[in-house]
Amino acid sequence: MKLVVVSAGLSVPSSTRLLGDRLAAATAGRVSGEVDLRVVELRDLAVEIAHNFTNGFPGRALSAAIDDVTSADGLIVVTPVFSASYSGLFKSFFDVLDKDALAGRPVLIAATGGTGRHSLVLEHALRPLFAYLRAVVVPTGVYAASEDWGAEGLAERIERAAGELAALMPAGTPAPAPMPSSASAGSEAVVPAQPAPGRADGFHVVPFEEQLAALRA
Amino acid sequence: MQFGIFSVGDVTPDPTTGREPTERERIKAMVAIALKAEEVGLDVFATGEHHNPPFVPSSPTTMLGYIAARTEKLILSTSTTLITTNDPVKIAEDYAMLQHLADGRVDLMMGRGNTGPVYPWFGQDIRQGINLAVENYALLHRLWREDVVTWEGKFRTPLQSFTSTPRPLDGVAPFVWHGSIRSPEIAEQAAYYGDGFFHNNIFWPADHTKRMVELYRERYAHYGHGTAEQAIVGLGGQVFMRPNSQDAVREFRPYFDNAPVYGHGPSLEDFTEQTPLTVGSPQQVIEKTLSFREYAGDYQRQLFLMDHAGLPLKTVLEQLDLLGEQVVPVLREEFAKNRPADVPDAPTHAARVAAAEEKEEVSRA
Repeated sequence: MKLVVVSAGLSVPSSTRLLGDRLAAATAGRVSGEVDLRVVELRDLAVEIAHNFTNGFPGRALSAAIDDVTSADGLIVVTPVFSASYSGLFKSFFDVLDKDALAGRPVLIAATGGTGRHSLVLEHALRPLFAYLRAVVVPTGVYAASEDWGAEGLAERIERAAGELAALMPAGTPAPAPMPSSASAGSEAVVPAQPAPGRADGFHVVPFEEQLAALRA
Repeated sequence: MQFGIFSVGDVTPDPTTGREPTERERIKAMVAIALKAEEVGLDVFATGEHHNPPFVPSSPTTMLGYIAARTEKLILSTSTTLITTNDPVKIAEDYAMLQHLADGRVDLMMGRGNTGPVYPWFGQDIRQGINLAVENYALLHRLWREDVVTWEGKFRTPLQSFTSTPRPLDGVAPFVWHGSIRSPEIAEQAAYYGDGFFHNNIFWPADHTKRMVELYRERYAHYGHGTAEQAIVGLGGQVFMRPNSQDAVREFRPYFDNAPVYGHGPSLEDFTEQTPLTVGSPQQVIEKTLSFREYAGDYQRQLFLMDHAGLPLKTVLEQLDLLGEQVVPVLREEFAKNRPADVPDAPTHAARVAAAEEKEEVSRA
């Protein structure tokens, strides 16, 4: 079971990374079997991501990160809020992926910010991005403002979102519904992750006769 | 094995002087480069096809016909011919005509172009890119092999009892390479027809090239054209040389740093480490090029990009002297070593005519 966290936090230590780690631990606790947890720190890949735009191909570290992300059974993506949206670095990483690379893959979206006023960034920025990429985004997104780290409620949201993600991962245990408001619908709509057309799995080839036949049809 | 050069045909200012050649100068420079290629003993000159500035070669057969008249041995090719937006009927006729004028020294590399708007410029839809490549080539393949073609497809008007003229020289179609960087569909197409597959690896890391070439080889064998090792593979490369490698790096760096394609990105050092670009001594170029065989297998055609990044013509001609005198003779010798006897040579018109005659005799017997 491969669980991958993508963190776009920039400072060290980073509250974005911290939120990613909390979500990962909560998710790992709810799936059966060994969890292979990988964390992709976009800060370390910033230069290679920029070069991917100018060159057209990923460098070695970025290539390894892309392989991790496109072969994950579950993905947790966390960005700081910059200028009322996800950070440019966060978006740039997803811009260099193939548009089909995340299709059918369960994703938990999360963000951090200085103030709770930006919490809807999850709904107006992150959710549409992953909908475009045809990922399966869990119903609960987790936003953590600075004050949330010292207030009640964050831990419960983390648990609820982690449960929803775990339920979508193969062999995941359904999310318990500790709170009446928690969306158990998420645990029912189990969509098995499609094998990625990703780089690690090799090329998907349509036999040429089929291509020709499709044109004759 | 064949060695040659391919040109994109870009008009790029020389970053060290700011001087930009005129279109006329650039077109004439491409011709001078092709003639030099023959003079220094290279086998192939290929021109790109582009329909937007800053590129000049929009009309490849005009240029190649002119070069054909001024050369004796050089094989004239394309890198690439737009199989998506050119009418396959016109490709069939243009290149058959060129074949006659050049006494068979012609082959083509099919590609899909470098810019999206080229589709609407020629009345096509970019979303149909792969389908256009598939249908147009299927028609082109027939037009060169069947004297009378009745055909109907999705992307052009039907043909009733149509004969493209002139017929291919000696009744043998020009050899076709299919060029692709990242589309497995094109490797599959090349394999299906038993055509060549050219991976333009100049901006790509070796492991990607390896996977694309392996896919083509595997599918070539699947379609029964021969073993995977017998598939016809071509690769790109780009080099800048001086006898002393430090001189090469010093002279080429401003060109690299400002080139439209890779400038303002990674360092020259990172780029040379990750891609086929070699900036150094002829010996370094030899070593790097020989290493391609480790991941692509024994292959048939090696094309170098030499006239890029705004290098002045004089420098490019010096580079071709080094390539022809110091690099290619060694590569010919080294690539021939340990090459299995059943790996075919690069295709030529004469060899294809001989093969066609042999096939006919066998079927008559």
